[in-house]
Amino acid sequence: MTEVKTKQAAGTYNLPDEKGHFGPYGGRFIAETLMGPIEELTEAYETCCNDPAFIAELDEDLRQYVGRPSPLYYAQRWSETLGGAKIYLKREDLNHTGAHKVNNTVGQALLARYMGKTRIIAETGAGQHGVASATVAARLGLECVVYMGEEDIKRQAINVFRMKLLGAKVVPVTSGSKTLKDALNEAMRDWVTNVDNTFYIIGTVAGPHPYPAMVRDFQAIIGREAKEQIMKQEGRLPDALVACVGGGSNAIGLFYPFIDDKDVVMYGVEGAGEGIETGHHAAPLCAGKSGVLHGNRTYLVEDADGQIIPTHCISAGLDYPGVGPEHAWLKDSGRANYVSVTDDEALQAFHDLTRIEGIMPALESSHALAYATKLAPTMEKDKIIIVNLSGRGDKDIHTVANLEGISI
Amino acid sequence: MSRISTRFGALQTKGRKALIPYVTAGDPQPSVTVSLMHAMVSAGADILELGVPFSDPMAEGPVIQKAMERALEHHVSLKDVLGMVAEFRQHDTETPVLLMGYLNPVEVMGYASFAERAAKAGVDGVLLVDLPPEEAEALIVELKKTGLDIVFLVSPTTKDERIAKIAQLSSGFIYYVSLKGVTGAGHLDTEEVAERVNRIKSHSKIPVGVGFGIKDAESAARVAKVADAVVVGSALVKKVEEHAGDADKIQEAISALLREIREGIDAVV
Repeated sequence: MTEVKTKQAAGTYNLPDEKGHFGPYGGRFIAETLMGPIEELTEAYETCCNDPAFIAELDEDLRQYVGRPSPLYYAQRWSETLGGAKIYLKREDLNHTGAHKVNNTVGQALLARYMGKTRIIAETGAGQHGVASATVAARLGLECVVYMGEEDIKRQAINVFRMKLLGAKVVPVTSGSKTLKDALNEAMRDWVTNVDNTFYIIGTVAGPHPYPAMVRDFQAIIGREAKEQIMKQEGRLPDALVACVGGGSNAIGLFYPFIDDKDVVMYGVEGAGEGIETGHHAAPLCAGKSGVLHGNRTYLVEDADGQIIPTHCISAGLDYPGVGPEHAWLKDSGRANYVSVTDDEALQAFHDLTRIEGIMPALESSHALAYATKLAPTMEKDKIIIVNLSGRGDKDIHTVANLEGISI
Repeated sequence: MSRISTRFGALQTKGRKALIPYVTAGDPQPSVTVSLMHAMVSAGADILELGVPFSDPMAEGPVIQKAMERALEHHVSLKDVLGMVAEFRQHDTETPVLLMGYLNPVEVMGYASFAERAAKAGVDGVLLVDLPPEEAEALIVELKKTGLDIVFLVSPTTKDERIAKIAQLSSGFIYYVSLKGVTGAGHLDTEEVAERVNRIKSHSKIPVGVGFGIKDAESAARVAKVADAVVVGSALVKKVEEHAGDADKIQEAISALLREIREGIDAVV
């Protein structure tokens, strides 16, 4: 964490400001009861990320428990099939628990222990963050409650069972659209009620300050490693970065250490669902407007009255009407590009990577891969793209089978 | 002076504490709300708090969440709520109306446009649950232009220096949230409430209202002893839920509970 801060200080990019603003985005839009706990968390985080002992313990956990560094794999056969730029995959799917989510939960769990909290709560969509939270809670002997939309529980039965095996209580959320956004509302309600003993591990770079900055700092290990690895493997920086964006934590984790490297083009890929034009999508940056939800100002999928509209995406982890405020700022400032791919395109990429490279990607990550299949052929063969392979696809095989009419 | 301050001034002269009922606008359907507002005034309400439906009411317990869902089934928007207030004003120009809700509908309407339209409709103030003073500056500027009050919350976790800042920015009254948690929860510790209210009063002359956890005449009476106003929400909204199919019964049940609470409050002050 200190490493990131030092590097960024040498460059020009230094957001958020002290109130948590990324330009007009971010901030703290929360009920008064949460202001005290949020300030307490901010202070604890500042203390810990300047404490060499805390950083050493985090680094050790990331190495020995998570299994870092994750490889930067040259997908040669896939690159050659596409006939353009060389594609490298940052293999976050090889982390313990199978996705990038654990980078953040390991960090926040250490913070929870430092703050003397005995109870962890989390929201989850696809279940990856829920599993990653239940995992670290089990390891530290903390009680764990995970809020999950009733719809998502149906879509992600395997992850629900994994969380239960890990000793977590999974609470079905039946309010609103019964998906990730409602799980977040419910977790906030729990937190406001149990602030004394409870630590809320938010899984993405959204929520009130300091969450967007804190989760980014914990996920920035992805980009730091990727930068070092590509320098070692290719002797130069990549030309483009591609990552999927729901809340946007894996994308910001990859992008952040490259923000001051102006020649590196960044692409965040949102879920276009059945197509942006159908209205059934999960693409606030591509097709939404600015608004305030879940503690921060950002782009939202909302109607003309300011009500949040239910989103649609084949992957539960991208099925969220908001997005981290830093992405909103990177979009407006022009530093990053945001694009979208449909359910069908993502599904095709899921099959392609599985068949061509023997790597089964999560449906979330398949969105990034699908965009890479469009981007790579437009680039020369000596160009380099890094795609964040944020999670593995085992959890999605039921969804894929169902869609293709196969019962397993 | 705003209608809210005028009302508090008048009540203080009479030695009476304010009763502030909350209902969600458009719950269970839009046609119910305006006549319910008049009925609540007849049953003893001094200020009306009208909830603006929002799809993601993060600070509400299940009772008010469901109320907002019922209203949203009829697509009740902020614009519609302003229309209801305007209709109410045709027959009542005295009772202050406070809108309570979440920032996003106001943000989407635009701060200046909201301030203008709300004042024109006859709204007197606004309380936005997810807008703390730190983020409120731009909205306050617009509200001041059209003479609307902004009510901020103080909670059991609010530290003294923050109380001072909140007191400085609040107008109309300060709303003390008597419990950690969401609306409709828990039991009241009146001693703690008294201590907190006194602390707020040491920073400000603005009246202090107390809400969360007040459900009947007895709990209202205990709070009225220490605060300037008593806010009752979920207990009333529950009546709407119980009688959702029958507008007359909703009005009867809410009026009956409010009259009981009114008597309870008046008996102790």
